[in-house]
Amino acid sequence: MSDTASVDLAQPPASPGSQPVTSAASRRGGRGGRVLTLVLLAAAAAVLLVLPLYVDEFWLRTGFACCGAIIGAIGLNLLVGTTGQLSLAHAFFLAVGAITYVYVSGAPGGTATKIEGLELPPLVGMVLGVVVAGLAGLLFSPIAARLRGIYLGVASLGLVFIGQHLLNTLTAVTGGFNGRTAPKFSLFGFSFSDSNPDLFVAGVPFGESERLWYLGLALALAAYLFARNLLRSRPGRALQTLRDSEVAAAVMGVNVQGYKARVFMVSSMYAGLAGVLYALSIGSVAPESFALDLSVLYLAMIVLGGLGSVGGAVLGAVFVSALPLVFQQYAGSLPFVSEPGQGGVNAGQAARLLYGLAIVLVVLFEPAGLAGLLRRRPRRPTPSAGAPASAPNTPSSPLGQGSPA
Amino acid sequence: MTQFLSLLLNGLSLGAIYALIALGFAVIFKASEVVSFMHGSLLLFGAYAIARLSASLGFWPGVVLGVLATAGVGLLVERVLINRLRGAQVISLAILTIGVDILLVTELTRRIGSDILNVAHPWGGRNVRFGDVGITENRLIAIGVAAVLISAFFAVFKFSDWGVAMRAAAEDGETAALMGIRLGRVSALAWVVAGALAAVAGLFLVGSPTPGVQPGLQAVALRAFPAAILGGLDSTGGALVGGLVIGITETFTAGYENHLLFFGRGFSAVMPYVVMILVLLVRPSGLFGTKELTRV
Repeated sequence: MSDTASVDLAQPPASPGSQPVTSAASRRGGRGGRVLTLVLLAAAAAVLLVLPLYVDEFWLRTGFACCGAIIGAIGLNLLVGTTGQLSLAHAFFLAVGAITYVYVSGAPGGTATKIEGLELPPLVGMVLGVVVAGLAGLLFSPIAARLRGIYLGVASLGLVFIGQHLLNTLTAVTGGFNGRTAPKFSLFGFSFSDSNPDLFVAGVPFGESERLWYLGLALALAAYLFARNLLRSRPGRALQTLRDSEVAAAVMGVNVQGYKARVFMVSSMYAGLAGVLYALSIGSVAPESFALDLSVLYLAMIVLGGLGSVGGAVLGAVFVSALPLVFQQYAGSLPFVSEPGQGGVNAGQAARLLYGLAIVLVVLFEPAGLAGLLRRRPRRPTPSAGAPASAPNTPSSPLGQGSPA
Repeated sequence: MTQFLSLLLNGLSLGAIYALIALGFAVIFKASEVVSFMHGSLLLFGAYAIARLSASLGFWPGVVLGVLATAGVGLLVERVLINRLRGAQVISLAILTIGVDILLVTELTRRIGSDILNVAHPWGGRNVRFGDVGITENRLIAIGVAAVLISAFFAVFKFSDWGVAMRAAAEDGETAALMGIRLGRVSALAWVVAGALAAVAGLFLVGSPTPGVQPGLQAVALRAFPAAILGGLDSTGGALVGGLVIGITETFTAGYENHLLFFGRGFSAVMPYVVMILVLLVRPSGLFGTKELTRV
């Protein structure tokens, strides 16, 4: 026990984000490698930016849903992957964000049951959604900070069910069982909908899906950069030390309770923003969207992507959230997926089976997930140079098999 | 008073069923340090297997084979997956069981579809009355069976070689292994026992007053989680107490719902979790769980 901790501490805890990929590249080619990376990044950015001119609405919608998932997954990854606190409550905090948004920015109405709304600008709704979700996380953090590992996992499970109950009960705010519609987003008079103002770029009408696509990209990028910088800074290192050994962290002067509470809050704020995007992407919120399934989905994303890796969370989120949508769209042409009502495996089930299996395989064979698979490649041609730089990746992977003790 | 007694009796029977599930949960944790998030789907599998098998083979052979099949699934998971990851972190093992849970639940939900499978219990949906206090025969039998199974379990746990081996393994795995205890076998047996207990619990959970086998059953089984946590994950006695506490609180909340309307309708389904969180606030390792000590 004690020697694993010392091994982990002896090595500089390289932030297991996308950094190893870039650092590996720069190690190999010096300045040339870095330029290559930059060119590749710029090309990817350009492709993403002009995409709305070429692809149809389905892909843009899927992309926006992915952006929301990316933000949520990065947030959960900070908590589970980086700090090692298993949480199944992510769906609850997504719900808090989504509901705050529709309540603050939505209009009052409802025929059978009265629904309230404050009709404030959507930007206020979005910011408040993030803040309130963060506060909810902070409220739960006295429990979270006291509990260890698996006890936290199950306690947070309770939060999801309590959230479900609240969503169904507080009808004036949430719309009750049937939910309520989400107001369209707008920014200083620019509406993210099909009109007002009508917009054409290069002859392509820029409707709701095109505008939301850019919103999603911008927010996801901001979320990514924030998390990456957080991990490279002092708090990030503290969180990783917390995961590896609480005792060691405390001895080094890390305020264990304080950091646990704060990372819970940050993770919940991410979830809140993801919830707002979810509401925008679906167009409405209903209690059943925020059930335990959603928490498990997010856990699947970060496990598949690679625990502790920000880039991995992005990959996992895209994979898990796009899979069922794509299956649904192309159900007719996929051999193993049947149309709804045909008896066989339908699109949603096929996607669930696939990522359920993927989780099992990842835990068994590649604990560092998709990020680990990608990272492995550049290491092969230079086995000698990899020794000092690649070592921190293996022990700091939280899924890795600890020393057999 | 009549209502109180009737709720107490019904709560006791629900609690007994929860205790069966929670006991399996605790045994698995003790033997292999795995928090089995797939316990709900294991129970669903048990109920499904019993329903299908007893429809074609008759009730009793169906029950026996169904329980064996569920124990077999537990064994399979332990041998194929858990055993390979000996020494891995608790969280990664928990995530592994979540993956298996997704697979099992998706497949079972697909097979069950939208219809409700019924298990033809020979005791049917009859009611028994003690004076004014009523309970369905199914739930009464559940109390009896659970009492027998749980006492048998505790006897085995205390006196048999396996029980001693398991307690030794839980106390200090390394030393136990050095003393010649085969940890793999202990853990495999724990999964078998847990699977069988879950199947038995499933058998009673699908009888009256609850409807037959339907995917929602998994959510009911999930409420045994708070039971296990409440008692302390590594305490078998705690699982029993936790199960009873959760069962009784849930039934009372449902029974007196009209007095608790400010919490909203359907609060009884949430009650186990509220109780669990409150207890954990005061005692972070549950009522009877071993306090985690940190040695430096």
